[in-house]
Amino acid sequence: MASGEHPPLRHADRSARATRILAIRALLIDKGVVGAAEVDDVVLRAQARTPADGAKVVARAWTDEAFRERLLADARAAVGELGYRLSHDAELSVVENTAAVHHLIVCTLCSCYPTSLLGAPPDWYKSFAYRQRAVVEPRSVLHEFGMELPDEMELRVVDSTADVRYLVLPRRPPGTEGMSEHALAGLVTRDSMIGVAEARGP
Amino acid sequence: MARLIGPGDRVTVRAAQVSHHHRTPWFVKGRSGTVQAVHGAFPNPESRAHGGTGLPKRRLCQVAFRQTDIWAERYRGGSDDKLLVDILEHWLDRG
Repeated sequence: MASGEHPPLRHADRSARATRILAIRALLIDKGVVGAAEVDDVVLRAQARTPADGAKVVARAWTDEAFRERLLADARAAVGELGYRLSHDAELSVVENTAAVHHLIVCTLCSCYPTSLLGAPPDWYKSFAYRQRAVVEPRSVLHEFGMELPDEMELRVVDSTADVRYLVLPRRPPGTEGMSEHALAGLVTRDSMIGVAEARGP
Repeated sequence: MARLIGPGDRVTVRAAQVSHHHRTPWFVKGRSGTVQAVHGAFPNPESRAHGGTGLPKRRLCQVAFRQTDIWAERYRGGSDDKLLVDILEHWLDRG
């Protein structure tokens, strides 16, 4: 086929994409690059995680200062203490929001995301719009998510271009003193761990 | 032997235009920043994407750029705002 030509699409775009993915999967298995069981294992592992897992990690960090320090220094080892065994395809780094610094996570090259703690990323995280605008005009993006950052607060946009996945440790909301770790985890949303929102108030 | 690039070092990203797969975003090529952290060494995706072994591993540096250095007057935000990008060491020159 001459370059620039595309085969006619017989189905809707989504179906064409699914067809392509299945063809790639079949080729990888045929050529012995991966085994079928290996593919299923990765899919199952991703589906087994939800933002509730990340929330447990955050709530522990809010209530256990020594754990928080270990989490920021060596996230893989710290989440291992809570029973999360990360695969070795990628490292994990946790970045902490404070009164002075806010972090926002993006993957401008594709859609790298801490799936081992949050599960699959939301569709908007994979959109071209988010991936471009999060680096060029992050404060406008935050505004659209309902977050107004004070001018004096430093905003750090973290682009996960390579082998490290990033999780935001959001600020513990005021008025939550005395809440249990379990109750605190209920305040930690997926979006707060990507950095497009704060944790919920009590 | 020259000291390895490490946290606090001032670096400039190579402005090379290459046709093979690579993971250095266009918007930081030719820009200068400060190394924030070194994540360790990882297989080189520029080799792995084309059937290679990815060896030797390359050190991965997190580089902090000032947003206003990258987008100039287009950037709306504080002068302390930063963009942190993970870049393989062989894309970085000192200074």
